[in-house]
Amino acid sequence: MTKRFGPFAGREWIALLILGLLLFVVFPTTLDVFRLNLVGKYLTYAFVAMGLVLCWGYGGILSLGQGVFFGLGGYCMAMFLKLEASTPEATKIQSTPGIPDFMDWNQVTALPWWWEPFHSLPLTLILVIAVPVFFAFVIGLAMFKRRVGGVYFAIITQAIAAILTILIIGQQGYTGGVNGITDLRTLLGWDIRTDDAKFVLYFVNGGLLIACLLIGQGIRISKFGRLMIAIRDKEDRVRFSGYDVANFKIFIFCMAAAFSAIGGAMFALQVGFMSPSFVGIVPSIEMVIFCAVGGRLSLFGAIYGALLVNAAKTTFSESFPELWLFAMGGLFIAVVMAFPNGLAGVLHKHIEPRIYRLFGGLRGSGTTGAVSSPHAAE
Amino acid sequence: MIGDYTIGEFTSILAMQGFAGLILFSVFVLMALGLAIIFGQMGVINMAHGEFMILGAYVTYFCSQFFSAYLPGLFSIYFFIAMALAFCASFGLGILVEWGMIRFLYKRPLDTLLATWGLSLILQQFYRSVFGAREVGVTLPEWMLGAVNLTDIIEIPINGLFVMGLTIIITVAVYLIMFRSGWGKQVRAVMQNRVMAGAVGINTKMVDRITFGLGCGIAGIAGSAFTMIGSTGPTAGQLYIVDTFLVVVFGGAASLLGTIASAFTISQAQSTMEFFMSGSMAKVLTLLTVVGILMLRPQGLFTLNIRR
Amino acid sequence: MTDDWTSGPRRFGTRRAVLAGMAALPLMMAAAGPVAAEGPPTAEINTTGLAVTDDTVTVGILHSVTGTMAISETGSVQAEKLAIDQINASGGVLGRKIEFIQEDGASDWPTFAEKAKKLLVQDKVAAVFGCWTSASRKAVLPVFEQYNGMLYYPTFYEGLEESPNVIYTGQEATQQIIAGIDWVAKTKGAKTFYLLGSDYIWPRTSNKIARKHIEKLGLEVVGEEYYPLGHTQFNSVINKIKLKKPDVIYAIVVGGSNVAFYKQLKAAGIDMTKESPLLLTISVTEDEILGIGGENIVGAYASMKYFQSLDNDNNKAFVEAFKAMWGKDIVIGDVTQAAYLGPWLWKAAVEKAGSFDIDKIKVASPGIELTTAPEGYVRIHENHHLWSKTRIGRAKTDGQYELIYETKDLMEPNPFPEGYQ
Repeated sequence: MTKRFGPFAGREWIALLILGLLLFVVFPTTLDVFRLNLVGKYLTYAFVAMGLVLCWGYGGILSLGQGVFFGLGGYCMAMFLKLEASTPEATKIQSTPGIPDFMDWNQVTALPWWWEPFHSLPLTLILVIAVPVFFAFVIGLAMFKRRVGGVYFAIITQAIAAILTILIIGQQGYTGGVNGITDLRTLLGWDIRTDDAKFVLYFVNGGLLIACLLIGQGIRISKFGRLMIAIRDKEDRVRFSGYDVANFKIFIFCMAAAFSAIGGAMFALQVGFMSPSFVGIVPSIEMVIFCAVGGRLSLFGAIYGALLVNAAKTTFSESFPELWLFAMGGLFIAVVMAFPNGLAGVLHKHIEPRIYRLFGGLRGSGTTGAVSSPHAAE
Repeated sequence: MIGDYTIGEFTSILAMQGFAGLILFSVFVLMALGLAIIFGQMGVINMAHGEFMILGAYVTYFCSQFFSAYLPGLFSIYFFIAMALAFCASFGLGILVEWGMIRFLYKRPLDTLLATWGLSLILQQFYRSVFGAREVGVTLPEWMLGAVNLTDIIEIPINGLFVMGLTIIITVAVYLIMFRSGWGKQVRAVMQNRVMAGAVGINTKMVDRITFGLGCGIAGIAGSAFTMIGSTGPTAGQLYIVDTFLVVVFGGAASLLGTIASAFTISQAQSTMEFFMSGSMAKVLTLLTVVGILMLRPQGLFTLNIRR
Repeated sequence: MTDDWTSGPRRFGTRRAVLAGMAALPLMMAAAGPVAAEGPPTAEINTTGLAVTDDTVTVGILHSVTGTMAISETGSVQAEKLAIDQINASGGVLGRKIEFIQEDGASDWPTFAEKAKKLLVQDKVAAVFGCWTSASRKAVLPVFEQYNGMLYYPTFYEGLEESPNVIYTGQEATQQIIAGIDWVAKTKGAKTFYLLGSDYIWPRTSNKIARKHIEKLGLEVVGEEYYPLGHTQFNSVINKIKLKKPDVIYAIVVGGSNVAFYKQLKAAGIDMTKESPLLLTISVTEDEILGIGGENIVGAYASMKYFQSLDNDNNKAFVEAFKAMWGKDIVIGDVTQAAYLGPWLWKAAVEKAGSFDIDKIKVASPGIELTTAPEGYVRIHENHHLWSKTRIGRAKTDGQYELIYETKDLMEPNPFPEGYQ
């Protein structure tokens, strides 16, 4: 294992520096606000991907329902913004002014009680994290205590994503249905739709991303992180050693949910709406792919994976709308078959050794000892 | 409910509902059998299962076009030929996919999920590019349309009967193949202990390949049959995937009997609930119940006791 | 059915249909008035920096060509391209040839918002023709309002919206629904209705308007049901319908569910040609029948503003040109026709305003008439919706509708109906 300075090994400090430069200097100076906002949107998925690195890459728990947490976080934020946009003055053409427009269209005449907390920003910010984490906790408790894992867990989380989507769409009077919650305008009176606001939000987003990265790294290098890997690779042995495996899994799953939720909330802020199309099965699987492309064992990789796949999606669908599904599909297969550790794996295995060879010294630090086999999950 | 209706009406409706549940049951079994073989016996998660079904549906569509244009005399029986061809097409594609992709991933079940998801995207876009984005309508022979009138209210759809009959035939066939043939014995041997099976001279690779192809082929037949009751379009396959997986997982992955039992339970629950509440809520409740039970009994309804 | 537009460069004006468009040319010329051979200078007619040059103007087409909605939106893309070609063949707009940039919404609402923004901010298009589902429109609406763009939206929809930046070329719910219900109540003597729909905003809102109107007429709704999008098993609801024995099944099922619903209805022994119960739908156009199969829906009634079988000269020319461009087997539904109106209405507005400026088009749009529309005469209302007739058609085995009834007068668009909300 390489020598560590603070939470990072030497080469990881370099990676962090590069990432910081890219996010806070290169992108803002070279891209116009429209493209920058797009990058900001992509980065919201990077939160989810980092969560997946923790729970899938290190914990061996593949969740195909991360969209649920992304969506819940996003909906919490969107509900606050929607309430702020639905002042009695702004909605005076409605039969019941002061409630969100979609409620009025659905003959809902009073704000349901569970919308009330979202009048307050501090409460909303708490709920953005608390609701998805609570949800994850319940799911995790039920499943991991019963020792549901692997494929079964994946399929059950997928079913949960399906359930939540149907539920949101079906209860459209309270949730906005398939349209979602649209036309979000201001945050405490500050117009989030202007270019300036997008610029500021981008930096807030980037800052949060780095913060999450540090938290993730903290978990990774702690004793807890090493235990997670042990659980992933030989669960029974850890259990026989006296650890309560389920609690660790629940914790890591909740962490991943919290990361996703932050991403969702930032998405609602930057894009200005939230809809059930982020909750369902398809987006949830796409999020796994962001993580897989970047490298399921690398937090940095997750960020680059989310950026690259989304950028590719945008470019492909701009220039060859008919072909992008082929490209996406091909990417999925290629990553799984040829590069199971994603971009980060390619970097570690092929590129870094060359660089080291080029510069002589620094030998032997090409592989991180802790992250050998990712495929022990059954 | 009974207030507004006579006893006679009510019993008729009960019978009709029971029948609706049976049709749904047949549909679930058809969807799930192929997957149960692939997932249950091989541990491969085939997310492209729906797309294999749609391949069968498109083959059926082409048969219907071909027969109505060139062999109108044989139109009334084209459906059987179409089903056979659908099986062959999906079987062939299945073998190809196993050879090109799946065989490298047997040790990584979660990765098969991602790779086959990629495959499903490619297949969808392929269907869209080749057959067009619009849905196609499959014309059925006259005798398959309409219903048999038993009483005033009780009318049994013929295509429902057809699907049920087909389900029985396929189930029996799968049973015979898996549990009464030498080849089935080999499959089960490979599933239970790959190394030992190889040691006693079973060609495990070939067994894997054929098993995967068989599962896909059954999906093709299912897709062909579904042209009678559902839509045929590039993305129609996705409509089935969650239900199918839940049926298989709920039944207990390694047990064909479990798959059938779970298809029965889920279909009856759903069709009963649909009668008393709105379709959306019925669906949510059914899924919730299944997930709830799975949390209590993660191995599904039926488990096969094997040493791991 | 691999159409030419599915590949090739993004920025071009197709030439293939120009000849076909010629057939309809005299009509179009008559409507649009004389076209200036040389347009006015660009600086005068484009003061806000839109993508207008001395001989071209760029517009956007924003529909899903991938994903689940591609099924429905394909027709709209084709219609818009046909209209653009025909306009170019007849001299363009203010002497400028229309070029288009096509973007794919991928059946995904945020992608629609992203692409709309790209079209407006980066490409500076002069107008956008696009969107199909309500959800996609709701997603792009704030973008169009913020960046002041012009959207021509073709689908019949639930109403409850009125934006200065959108021209709604399809019908809003009251136009489509009320005339239809009045008709079944009056001519068919219907007393009881069973409302059925896919579970999202358009069917739900439409059914609410329908229910209010039915109750206002003193008739009865005996059931109301919603199924998730993509649902394929309708046997239970069919049993319920059999039990309740309504006079009318009022169905607003969409997408793949449609196919399953009608096939199963037919299989369950409900023969719609016997009209007991009678089936009235507002969601099945000729496009959908292609997937359902004519034999499965024969006898059903549809209430909308356009059918391919309409017998008038405009429509004949339109159908002919459409088939010449996209193949003889193609069918044209209500939304496709409404999409076709978009470019023509925009052209008329630009010419009336004498400018490409969005603000001037907004003001100029109300009152614009089109006598050449395939559906007949249409006019833009103050609220940016169209005055149009509502028609009832009866489905035939060949997948076409036979016109049974049309309203005498144009129906006034009323997106915020009093008391129906």
